[in-house]
Amino acid sequence: MTAVWEILRDNWLLLLIGQYPNGPLGGIACTLILSVLGIVLAFPVSVLLALARLSPWRLLSWPATALVYVARGVPLLMVILWVYFLVPLLIGRNVSGFVTMLCTLVLYEGAYLAEVVRAGIEALPKGQMEAARALGHSHLGAMRLVILPQALFNMLPSMLSQFVSTIKETTLGYVINVPELTFAANQINNQLLTKPFQVFFILAVIYYVVCWSLTRAATALERRIEARRAGTRGVKAEGAPAVPMQPVAAEP
Amino acid sequence: MKGFDLIAILLNPEFGRMLMHGVQMTLVIAFGSWLLAMSLAMVLLVVRLTPSRLAQRSVAGYVSYHQNVPTLVQLMLWYFGISSLLPSALQGWLGEHDGEAVFAIIGLGLCQAAYFSEDLRSGLRSVPAGQAEAARALGHGFVGAMRHVLMPQAVRNALPALVNHTVSLFKNSSLAMAIGVAELTHAVKEIENQSFRAFETYLLATVMYLAFSLLIMVAGAWLARRVRIAGAR
Repeated sequence: MTAVWEILRDNWLLLLIGQYPNGPLGGIACTLILSVLGIVLAFPVSVLLALARLSPWRLLSWPATALVYVARGVPLLMVILWVYFLVPLLIGRNVSGFVTMLCTLVLYEGAYLAEVVRAGIEALPKGQMEAARALGHSHLGAMRLVILPQALFNMLPSMLSQFVSTIKETTLGYVINVPELTFAANQINNQLLTKPFQVFFILAVIYYVVCWSLTRAATALERRIEARRAGTRGVKAEGAPAVPMQPVAAEP
Repeated sequence: MKGFDLIAILLNPEFGRMLMHGVQMTLVIAFGSWLLAMSLAMVLLVVRLTPSRLAQRSVAGYVSYHQNVPTLVQLMLWYFGISSLLPSALQGWLGEHDGEAVFAIIGLGLCQAAYFSEDLRSGLRSVPAGQAEAARALGHGFVGAMRHVLMPQAVRNALPALVNHTVSLFKNSSLAMAIGVAELTHAVKEIENQSFRAFETYLLATVMYLAFSLLIMVAGAWLARRVRIAGAR
């Protein structure tokens, strides 16, 4: 146990921000920035994908469905390899590991989040759309003003748990040398050489603390939203959950 | 970049052998960890049903750890960390006998067991309480009621979630590459390094992963249709 404290005392800065003033920003800071940017940029992509999947035009719905199935069927590592290879070809210059990982997360999370958005839209009563159309809204107008505001609000807990998945997925950045938390821990391990168990134990504990608190927040948020939907604020509601917590599975 | 040439990869005996070995390793790891995960999930489920508070808390802790720590970190903890605590004779033996594959199976299996046990538990919870009471009233013991009445319904309820998690277990087998297992993704990177044909090798691997994943999804849907009870919701 003393070894754990010693490692933490000597390397806490590396775990927190990497070699920042003298090198790229890394550690937990890099992990969090990467996941926040990833989910924020993936969100508009996912709404567009979900709308395309639900659209009556096959020209839109088929490619979107295909993309979602490809993302569900191919390992994230494979997507990273593709982005690593294709993005420099497309834009004509090399990009950093950080940008590669960010593009990967936007693609992959965009597809998974699209399924969450779709579930949220389909969970709304059909009458909402019919009423909006009857009031003279167009399909897109009804989506924008009536359906999406409700669906997105109900989906907040699922989005938070998707954010937790994103944090866990950033660990794969280690494979292409993104200086995030797992990479920092491996650096420490390579310096020390004799204390692998303690180093990776610390790594696991850090991830656990971050993801566990966010998962708890998602559960609390889900309760509040359920209660609100049942019309009684602050009272635990019975009945069906607002949106299934994880309609699709993603947990590398 | 050279012109597109899939044949150059497929017909090269060396690359073909690496690819086949990669697919084989991926399947061994996926299947091995699935078996481990499913059997452990059953044990976890039963332990969680016992009245002991301590047992329930331990299972909850097990599930929480495996769901909140990234799978890659769990694999690293097993391969670099826990393996270093083993007696040196065992370490040597593992080093000679594909130790990294063994740790990949253990790590992935233990991690997925948490997800499977949660799926089964929520499947069991959605079986109406009257079923358990009726089974006990008809003279079944705990084991008999579970085996003949409750579990068949619970597994049916949990089937979609179990299939989803089986697909993600299969996909997660690619993480074993990070601890040096020569599975499909690892083979792909090797072939790419030697042939400089990134596009063709990635395409091959993507198609193979996609084919197996879709196969699991289709088989799951078929199974769900097959075991559905007429009239049940």
